[in-house]
Amino acid sequence: MPQTLKILIADDEAPARSRIRDLLEDIEGIIIVAEAKNGKEAIELAQTTKPDVMLLDIRMPLMDGIEAAQHAQKLEPKPTIIFTTAFDAYAIKAFDINAVDYLLKPIRLERLQIAIDKAHALKPLPMEALKPLQKMRSHLSIHERGRVLLVPIDTVIYLRAELKYITVRTAEREYLIEESLTHLEAEFGERFLRLHRNCLAATDYIAGYEKRLNEANEAQWVALLKGIPETIAISRRQQHLVRET
Amino acid sequence: MRKNSRLPNLHNLGIHLRILLIVNLLAAMAAILLSKQLSDFLPLLAELSTVVQPVLLLSMLSLYILYPFLDKLKYWQGTTAIMLLEIAFTSFVFIAANRFFAFDSIPETGRACLLAAIVTAIVLYYFYLQERAYSPAIAEARLQALQARIRPHFLFNSINAVLSLIRSQPKQAETALEDMADLFRVLMSENRDLVPLAQEISLCHQYLDLEKLRLEDRLKITWQIDDMPSDAMIPPLIMQPLLENAVYHGIEPMPEGGEIIVKIYTKFKELHIVINNPYSPQNNHHTGNKMALKNIKERLKLHFDLESSLKAEARNNRYEVHIRIPEKI
Repeated sequence: MPQTLKILIADDEAPARSRIRDLLEDIEGIIIVAEAKNGKEAIELAQTTKPDVMLLDIRMPLMDGIEAAQHAQKLEPKPTIIFTTAFDAYAIKAFDINAVDYLLKPIRLERLQIAIDKAHALKPLPMEALKPLQKMRSHLSIHERGRVLLVPIDTVIYLRAELKYITVRTAEREYLIEESLTHLEAEFGERFLRLHRNCLAATDYIAGYEKRLNEANEAQWVALLKGIPETIAISRRQQHLVRET
Repeated sequence: MRKNSRLPNLHNLGIHLRILLIVNLLAAMAAILLSKQLSDFLPLLAELSTVVQPVLLLSMLSLYILYPFLDKLKYWQGTTAIMLLEIAFTSFVFIAANRFFAFDSIPETGRACLLAAIVTAIVLYYFYLQERAYSPAIAEARLQALQARIRPHFLFNSINAVLSLIRSQPKQAETALEDMADLFRVLMSENRDLVPLAQEISLCHQYLDLEKLRLEDRLKITWQIDDMPSDAMIPPLIMQPLLENAVYHGIEPMPEGGEIIVKIYTKFKELHIVINNPYSPQNNHHTGNKMALKNIKERLKLHFDLESSLKAEARNNRYEVHIRIPEKI
């Protein structure tokens, strides 16, 4: 007898959640530990409930299932992901190619049973399958003292590369993430402006530009930011940005 | 649009607009041919216009009035009648004009009548070709191809929602299935003739009831339709696909949902249908939306030609589609 499997359900539609709940009642050896209305809630609930399996709807507001699955990779223990969808030709094609588990709504009991049985075998989610489906992330996930924090991308003021980490600055505080600035720029390019070789600032938070003297007593342009007193020096190569505004 | 005679619908503003355009273009061409230098062109065109415009006005007015009668004739009889009418108008205007003005370079009456006959033939031939391109058979085939298609996303999600109700609320599941049956009956029928507005509205209600089932309180609708003429005739499935868009792009991506506002009113014998929904640019990918809009635009054009319009715009985090069609009762 395998031990009880803990399951988390995420779907924005209440009837869809209750349908899965009804079906799971007919399956033995499982327990539903949490129900979430969107991807963000799913990740937050997963921290405390530590599910073995996450049933994620693909199309959800705030954070979709694809993004939630990516953040879930940082959870400890790493849950098995099973996607659910009513219709998403694009995603289904990608999943089929990469053998990702998904269930088509309306979900059949037998299919759910098979997917849950397979989940016991714990197969890692092939992340490359999600890449083509990935739009811009809505949140950054930050690993901190055994927890995963979700920081909405629209609260980020700047991203600065420091040795092997990136500092993520919001109005409240700083976080550290292990990603590359080049990748972040590729993903969030429409939100951020590269002011310096090691720094991306959110266009929404740039209050203006000012010429100041630096330590070497040279005049240099800096960007003033909304919400925080810090400024960001603009490198010589990026000074055309000042003139363009 | 669909009728027995192949004559253009002379009660349609768009047709008259095209007549105006073609004849004036030809007049400009004549002015270019007659002028020795470019500087002569404008004065010549003005001179030509003093005779061309009265003929045009007279013909458009009389054709509008005579259309019900012309439409009953055979095509060759109709075109001959129009031809004779044009020659008569031209000679009348020319004789009258020659009495009051002295022209330098305007042709004498006989040549003018010949020119008028040729211009009339060109215009009639243009409409003949256009009518063939939009012939009833082809237009019908296109209308059929354009039939509104429901999103598979909606179909499967609705079935899923109904399934969830069967165990706990069988009564509600029954109603939902009935609504679905009605909706699909309309979607699968041959939707080519105009339907009363009230019928389309009740279909929209059934559709929205189904969406409410899955979206619950997230979906809010405000109907501002107290002034609407319930018996006005509109092409079927003009509103439902737009509401489906509004739900898919406006309500579903919002965690707290939002409000869709439907406004229907008449102004200057025209029916206006306005659908307004919340919209957030960052989580919208508009490929599906464009399809539905294009489809409806084309159907409106097949039904009403230039007398209808569809405008869509996003502003202040709201998205609005505005349809204008002639009021037909």
